[in-house]
Amino acid sequence: MQDANISKLNFEACQKCSLCNEVCPMMAANPLYPGPKKAGPDQERYRLKDPEFYDYALKYCLGCKRCEVACPSGVQVADLIQKARLEYAPASKHPLRDAMLANTDFVGTLASPFAPIVNEVLPLKPVKAVLDGAFGIDAHRTFPKYSAEKFTTWFARHAKKAQEGFDSHVSYFHGCYANYNYPQLAKDFVKVMNAAGYGVHLLEKERCCGVALVANGFEKQARRQAKVNIASMGKAVSKGEPVLTTSSSCTLMMGREYGEVLGLPTEGYRDSLSLACKWLYEKIESGEVKLKFRKDFRMKLSYHTACHMQRLGWQNYTIELLRMIPGVQLTVLDQNCCGISGTFGFKKEYYPYSQKVGSVLFEDIRTSNPQAVVTECETCKWQIEMSTGIPVLNPISVLAAAVE
Amino acid sequence: MAGESSKPTKNREYDVIIVGGGITGACTARDCALRGLRTLLIEREDLCDGASGRNHGLLHSGARYAVSDPEGARECIKENLILKKIASNCVERTGGLFISLPEDGLEWQANFVQKCHEAGIPAKILDPEKVKREIPVVNQAIIGAVSVPDASVDPFRLTDANALDAIRHGADVLKFAEVEDFVKDGGRVVGVKVRSKDGLAEYRGSQTVLSAGIWAAGLAEKAGVHISMLPSRGALLVFGHRVADVVINRCRKPANADIIVPDDAVSVLGTTSDKVPFDQCDDMRVTPAEVELLLKEGVQLVPCLAQTRILRAYAGVRPLVSEGGDGRSVSRGIVLLDHEQRDGVPGLITITGGKLTTARLMAEMTTDLLCSKLGIKARCRTADVALPGSEKPVRKATGEYYSLAAKGRHGSEGRKMDFTGTGAELVCECEQVTRAEIVYCIKEFGVRNLQDLRRHCRIGMGTCQGNHCVRRAAEILAEELGCPELARQFVDDYLQERWKGMTPVLWGDTLREAEFMRNRYGRKDYEI
Repeated sequence: MQDANISKLNFEACQKCSLCNEVCPMMAANPLYPGPKKAGPDQERYRLKDPEFYDYALKYCLGCKRCEVACPSGVQVADLIQKARLEYAPASKHPLRDAMLANTDFVGTLASPFAPIVNEVLPLKPVKAVLDGAFGIDAHRTFPKYSAEKFTTWFARHAKKAQEGFDSHVSYFHGCYANYNYPQLAKDFVKVMNAAGYGVHLLEKERCCGVALVANGFEKQARRQAKVNIASMGKAVSKGEPVLTTSSSCTLMMGREYGEVLGLPTEGYRDSLSLACKWLYEKIESGEVKLKFRKDFRMKLSYHTACHMQRLGWQNYTIELLRMIPGVQLTVLDQNCCGISGTFGFKKEYYPYSQKVGSVLFEDIRTSNPQAVVTECETCKWQIEMSTGIPVLNPISVLAAAVE
Repeated sequence: MAGESSKPTKNREYDVIIVGGGITGACTARDCALRGLRTLLIEREDLCDGASGRNHGLLHSGARYAVSDPEGARECIKENLILKKIASNCVERTGGLFISLPEDGLEWQANFVQKCHEAGIPAKILDPEKVKREIPVVNQAIIGAVSVPDASVDPFRLTDANALDAIRHGADVLKFAEVEDFVKDGGRVVGVKVRSKDGLAEYRGSQTVLSAGIWAAGLAEKAGVHISMLPSRGALLVFGHRVADVVINRCRKPANADIIVPDDAVSVLGTTSDKVPFDQCDDMRVTPAEVELLLKEGVQLVPCLAQTRILRAYAGVRPLVSEGGDGRSVSRGIVLLDHEQRDGVPGLITITGGKLTTARLMAEMTTDLLCSKLGIKARCRTADVALPGSEKPVRKATGEYYSLAAKGRHGSEGRKMDFTGTGAELVCECEQVTRAEIVYCIKEFGVRNLQDLRRHCRIGMGTCQGNHCVRRAAEILAEELGCPELARQFVDDYLQERWKGMTPVLWGDTLREAEFMRNRYGRKDYEI
């Protein structure tokens, strides 16, 4: 009996060593945030006693999950905090803003047809003033541009047919960003995969992974969308195709959070879901894929490990892959959070914290002085480009530029 | 509380001296003080040090006794409703369940429900399928469930509140003072001889009440009175968090480890029931066999207990009055002994037996007897007047986060805490105790050490068992008491006491915690 009595309840393993607090970027930037130890395992006991013990300061959690990476006892600290927010957080003071920021694919669908106008209008000072004052979106923030032609439209018109010429295929979860804002990334993915000898299939149905929905408290909707993706990914996997992505946050969300936070079944696809860089690295390592790189390619790059990339623990695949490209001069930056945390940094009330958290990273980037920063996370890209003026590329885009 | 105002005045004549500062003594002191008696309460340790602080923290609905002891059951439900009213801050209305497992059958349930109704306990048969859905941690094999108005009660808080109110109505409280003998005048008990760190002192009172639980027997002998008591030991386990928000009992003849109670942020499982010799009543170590038994039975109620972190084990001694029997079949009824009538020793009364739930009633019965002996006509008001802290409900959510737990523990008394400046500093992370609450407790309750302090604010009672807060708390206590040299002693003593409770359950995460603790404090020269 005593042998069996080992706690399975994850938060009870906490020994209060405070390593999580040490690595928490928000705690360092904001004295109002109680830190992961308190917000997670400590307060969880009291939340179980009475939901009145929900601490409103949990809203400051970035969801960077660095606490989970640090925890020597395997406590899923950020999950505890995220689940508590979903269960107990009071209604947002900016419900419309949060819904618009969280519904990336719905807003993308609306914005794409009007991309030239939207892209012109959003940066205008009076518009920003209105967004800031009435809407709670900070006026300092630069919006990502919308593309006039969605990736999926382009793919159907220009690339789909050619993919059938390949013997082997991968399935691609492009995500909202590559579809609505920056189709070039998805086009780059197709180019690289084709160069590696693989054709690209899109999923039967793809919805936004829901990472922003969960962060903004839209649990039901996140669950609905997750179920669509789970079914689509399961179908692709049953056809023998891996599901590849180019966004670290989408990957963490679907590979891990669908199960751990939303409690949905992930067995059907989890082991076949991978970031394109990891998959490529493994294929190259095993000799199944050979990429030919241009001899004249020269680029000075700095690699930024996005927080969710760190949680996945896959950054080394990308780093090694980039090092395979002749002509790349690569600096690996210290693992510091950029501070944007998806939609968090867009919100007026959090903007100052967002910038304070990111300041260490921005300084590192400026010091390393690269032509471009490389990272898998699109929101890190917005934050770094806005805050340092240095362009940010997805590693797949670097590969696309470097392959012959 | 043990601040200067409540210390006994020299040569003061008391109407009543109460020996034993557990829940019964504190309730009796309150009742006496409310009726205008000049009252002195004496306790050899801190209040609530004995069995009053070593139980389930269960406010019985009476259902557990409905079949075996209808009178006790009726007393319980009456007191249950009174305490919910006058001690709202000490009681959490969790509700209770009596579950039937396949091996229990449903025969007991039918009789049980009928007996509950006869005693006035609103017992309601529930659909077991619904219970399984709503309380997923409950044993999914249940074939029946009955809901009753059981509740969770904090015995420390309840004792404190009674003592506070006694003091506010003129009573004196003398803690850390042991009654060594009685002062006699002819055959009559007219006072007590008390030893404390200040030496030997004598206090005189017209009547002396023994409310010292199991220790009353030894004291009574000194007055030449024999009370046949049966020390019955009960061991309990503290689990790291709340597994259920409701009290869960087994619907069968009361047996070992068949109640689990949500107390504050933990769950308490118990108890055992073993006859022990008198000389072992001060040794409350829990044995591996007791732990094994508790766990084995506990998982029948809530299977996930088998994988839930156990923080510690503890035991208490029930003061059963008996002429024989095995401890559980003996009535746990209230025993009020008028030694003038029973033994020809005027001036001495013993109140014992009973339960935490019925302590107020025991006090009322005792005070009624005292009044009749003293020729005083005064009505008992303890059932109508709210206790300090429970005068009005406190909406915790209106406070800043750091004050939530404190206000939860101290209710409306929480307004006396000063959360400005360093007051909001968190000292105990597990139980969310701030410096403000600690300073308040030190002043209000006159604590000597960290063991005393924890009874008033739960410091060090959570997951880490003091590993992280003990040094911070020791520093504050030493500073407040004006004796910085004692800080290390506070730490050592407190950890020794925590360690005693942890050793019976040293495996898994608690073992890791203990190793962490040992590495930190195991060396003599650890930093304070």
